[in-house]
Amino acid sequence: MNAPIRSSEGAVAAARTQGRFSRYVHGAHADGRLVVQPRMGFADLATMREGLLGVRGADATATGTITLDSYTRVNDHDSARQALRTGAELNGFPLVAHGPDATRQLLDSVSGPVSASGGRDFPVQVRHGSALPYPLFEAMVAAGVDATEGGPVSYCLPYSRAPISAAVKAWAQCCELIAAQPDPMHLESFGGCMLGQLCPPSLLVALSVLEGLFFREHGLSDISLSYAQQTHPGQDLEAIAALRRLAGERLAEADWHVVLYTFMGVFPRTPVGSFRILEESVRLAVRSGSERLIVKTPAEAHRIPTIAENVDALEFAASIARDEAGRGAEVAPTESGVYEEARLLVDSTLELAPTVGEALIRAFERGHLDVPYCLHQDNANKSRAYVDPAGMLQWAEAGRMPLRVERGASRRPVSAKGLLTMLGFNEQRFDREQLTNGHLRGLQYPGRTARRGLS
Amino acid sequence: MSQVMLPAKRFVVSSVSSDAHMWNLVFLQLLLEEQGAHVTNLGACVPDDLIIEECRRSRPDALVISTVNGHGHLDGLRLIRRIREEPDLADLRVVIGGKLGVRGAENIVFAEELALSGYDAVFEADGGIENFQEFLGTLDAPAERPALASSGVAA
Repeated sequence: MNAPIRSSEGAVAAARTQGRFSRYVHGAHADGRLVVQPRMGFADLATMREGLLGVRGADATATGTITLDSYTRVNDHDSARQALRTGAELNGFPLVAHGPDATRQLLDSVSGPVSASGGRDFPVQVRHGSALPYPLFEAMVAAGVDATEGGPVSYCLPYSRAPISAAVKAWAQCCELIAAQPDPMHLESFGGCMLGQLCPPSLLVALSVLEGLFFREHGLSDISLSYAQQTHPGQDLEAIAALRRLAGERLAEADWHVVLYTFMGVFPRTPVGSFRILEESVRLAVRSGSERLIVKTPAEAHRIPTIAENVDALEFAASIARDEAGRGAEVAPTESGVYEEARLLVDSTLELAPTVGEALIRAFERGHLDVPYCLHQDNANKSRAYVDPAGMLQWAEAGRMPLRVERGASRRPVSAKGLLTMLGFNEQRFDREQLTNGHLRGLQYPGRTARRGLS
Repeated sequence: MSQVMLPAKRFVVSSVSSDAHMWNLVFLQLLLEEQGAHVTNLGACVPDDLIIEECRRSRPDALVISTVNGHGHLDGLRLIRRIREEPDLADLRVVIGGKLGVRGAENIVFAEELALSGYDAVFEADGGIENFQEFLGTLDAPAERPALASSGVAA
């Protein structure tokens, strides 16, 4: 670990370390504009290019996204190549199968080359979901990709069976590969998501900061920290303030910003509900001072969105962001101790070992960090969370984490029905109006038949 | 809904090899445990070999496969063919449910092939959880394969 740098020096260091992705994000933020970004990936180069140009042309301050396909995520590049040959549909862009040269040409054709001042007119991030991504990182570095994301915990526990120790090793190599480049690409921690829902904010904040510290430990200084919209606007506001405060204290020598994800759990199924939850996330991003937002579209609950649907969502988000920037504070942050809990989790985890990577391995091994409901073999899965009557996400069980959990007299272990109700909390909150006349949904639980009507 | 299975039944719950979704598995475990069952939950992205190994080790009353990434008709088919090739697992009750393809309501077209390939029951998401509950009630009766349990019609 580098020694902490005093804030004035940190600012100088930050200015010096700004990469081509962060330069764009910080520039927009200084102008009072929220950077918005889609989730978007197509298998063939022409459609991917069309999609990126669509985003670039949107009436919004947008960065582009290339989302990769499932084969590439699990390093099955042969299957991806075969799909490209046979024309079989892939659920994203097979970057390694296309190769660095074709990817570089694609990026240059939509972003323009890196300018003399080191910036891009339209930087693009690659989003993937790979726990062991070294071959992918080699290809991204060779292609000159501006930014990517993930982390040794956030892409291991929810999406793979790889041991955390293997993911820590792989991500350390990836970070060192990036750090060795003359103009290193930006890396975003996905630690603020963790199964998309029912992970209380303090753990999301702690994991985001811990992954940021891991990136620092392996030589990176151009990073972002994430947080995913949960169930309560005031609590989310408190959580992002906690994330910014903790990052300011622990990552002062890095150039960092915060990226918010529109809700990643069970999504509203109606267009009105979808735009309302997106709107709430945009307002949260602006109120919390977040620099970047990754949006979702009304297609989310049903299928992969089209280019036009993505552009619509970005333009909608940009217009809400402009509106919110002109308003006063309408939502107050809660005061539930998110910062104190997150700081405790970060500090006590770091005490477990001399390096951040080893500390993360040991922390999960002994349940000191424990993601609620996560079935990965290296997660203790003793902790539990619930949505309280006010809509706040709370701990029900701490497991072996060093947290104090208030024992409500009425609380019982969550039932299957209760789990569905909690998972569907935002879906119901935002779809309520349009569903008054009834709506059929896929997985119906007998106890919820009241919501079915004459549709 | 609240009926308890006696004596306690044992289940192995699992996803298929390419599916990283987890909440469906968490839900099924709770649903089964509420009815007094003992559940071994193998989680997401489970290779075929690991599922077979666990079934051989724990000899469950049923193997419950749940998948929602749309590859169920591919991964699930390969898995059941592997299982039925194992002589000692020929009698194992195996069911599959979830979003079995990427065609939404038309996914029901995959149900017949899955059932004919050796699943004791197939549940498309639109069929609702009631059909699965009915299946649980039949566990003490001998298996009658092939059976096509999903109607594709919401109850």
